[in-house]
Amino acid sequence: MSALAQGETVTPQRQAAAADAGKAAHRRLTRWIWAGRAILAVAVVGGWQWFTEEGWVDKFFFGQPSEIWNSLVKLFTEGTAFGTIWENLWVTMQEAILGFLLGTLVGVVLGILLGSNKYLSAVVGPYIRIVNSIPRIVLGSIFIVAFGLGVFPKVLLAAVLVFFVVFFNAFQGVREVDQNLVANVRVLGATPVQVAIHVTIPSAMTWIIASLHTAFGFAIIGALVAEVLGAQQGVGLIISQAQGTFDPNTVFACMVIIAVITLGAEYLISLLEHSVLKWRPPNRSESQAI
Amino acid sequence: MSKESTDKGVAANVAIDARSTERPHAMGATHQHRPPGETGANAGIGISGLTKRYLTPKGETFTAITDVTLSVEPGQFCSIVGPTGCGKSTTLAQVSGLERPSEGSVRVGGHTVEGVTKGVSYMFQADALFPWKSVLNNVMMGPVLLGTPKREATLLARDWLRRVGLAGFEDRYPHQLSGGMRKRVAMAAALINNPRILLMDEPFGALDVQTKAIMQNELLTLWEELRPSVLFITHDLDEAVALSDRVVVMTSSPGTVKDVFDIDLPRPRGDVQQIRHEERFLELQGRIWESLKDEVTRAYARTAGEAA
Repeated sequence: MSALAQGETVTPQRQAAAADAGKAAHRRLTRWIWAGRAILAVAVVGGWQWFTEEGWVDKFFFGQPSEIWNSLVKLFTEGTAFGTIWENLWVTMQEAILGFLLGTLVGVVLGILLGSNKYLSAVVGPYIRIVNSIPRIVLGSIFIVAFGLGVFPKVLLAAVLVFFVVFFNAFQGVREVDQNLVANVRVLGATPVQVAIHVTIPSAMTWIIASLHTAFGFAIIGALVAEVLGAQQGVGLIISQAQGTFDPNTVFACMVIIAVITLGAEYLISLLEHSVLKWRPPNRSESQAI
Repeated sequence: MSKESTDKGVAANVAIDARSTERPHAMGATHQHRPPGETGANAGIGISGLTKRYLTPKGETFTAITDVTLSVEPGQFCSIVGPTGCGKSTTLAQVSGLERPSEGSVRVGGHTVEGVTKGVSYMFQADALFPWKSVLNNVMMGPVLLGTPKREATLLARDWLRRVGLAGFEDRYPHQLSGGMRKRVAMAAALINNPRILLMDEPFGALDVQTKAIMQNELLTLWEELRPSVLFITHDLDEAVALSDRVVVMTSSPGTVKDVFDIDLPRPRGDVQQIRHEERFLELQGRIWESLKDEVTRAYARTAGEAA
């Protein structure tokens, strides 16, 4: 800057040098971040292993990383009492994904409907808040009593959990629509349906997509809890079985498997977010990525 | 207030359906002339005895404007100035047909406004662009909503982007443009349907001084080509005098028409920066300020009193 002030021109060489220096600084920072992450992981997992090895923490109750690894290997090589791990995983995923889709669909539709209709939202609003404040996870017991041990009650519980997250976001998203935009298209002659297609839905999409990250986590929780409450197959059943035989390592192993799957789903949702919301200024989603 | 009020005229959409059949789809890419079949070419605006009351959230009535009477001749450029909160925007909303007047009537081209007025375009201070649509798709919205086939609408939009000097920016998103460029997009989007009435609510209020001057010049050029009737809200007296044929001064809340000044500066006005220094301009500007000053003082005293 000071060079510019003195009237000198910036030579291409100097520009290139500045760019190189910037890149090098960025690389250094990235290296340090990864180093910090690795150290943290080693400290936590290694500390756990060490403490249980020394007997300061009882591995009978709290498991041990090496034993968890053994359980994982066993789950994938020997399978479980209820079939291979893949079969069980497939059942759980099926429940979670179906519940996720159902809950999202209903949440988006109802959220947009109630958000754009003042009368409806005034009438239904208090009830939604009441339902939201009750512990919905308990509904799982009712669903299993009513619909048996099959897949359906799990889908239902996952959908109920997903619904509220998505619904409130869709509702809020519609409320946040720029009224100038609505006025603008109405003056241009848009019908209510066109207003919804061109303004309300795209505008609410930011909120809805943001809620999907949390919603998928809830879908998995719904499916697992319902399986723990009563099932014939699924990761939740493996977990409750392991609990019954005092086997914390298998419980942790199942947690690891589910965590990997959730991370994968998260990644897919981020891809969706990027493609649907590519119009957005970049800094917002980047700061989320950290 | 305006958020609530825009919801009030939901029933007003019925009239629009007739429009798509009325307006021929064959608009050429050059688009120099008003499409044939647009009846009456330019339409004047006649507002008489217009009163608008709102219900506040507490359930009280709030009178935004009372007994506003003014007229805009076909193809005339009319500005409304007045202290903040005097109901300028409310007046525009009644003309657009987005809201229904509590009393009095608005006539556009000889027809009383009931429901959204045909052939109206709106331009706001906050640029009402779709952040999720590209520049081209933003400009295309007008024709598309009228049922113009996509290919023709694209040609038309490209032509308009060229006219506002944004050729080559078709695929950008609004957030990638500067404030002045976004205004140009909004202007192209407002004019592409060749409106009979152009309603502008402080369109250049948020721009820096230089950009503002450039945009004013561009607006005048385009307006002289198309000649819609314009109702232009502004706080900037210079802007009002430089652009308009007529300047309406409104009183502080509840707003009503205080004075009407006819601006007899010759057309075409040329550079708005130059015209500011002419003797006649300064004289008119001084007279309008005389009229406006008391209202501004009164409005200020009131808000200051509320705050204390």
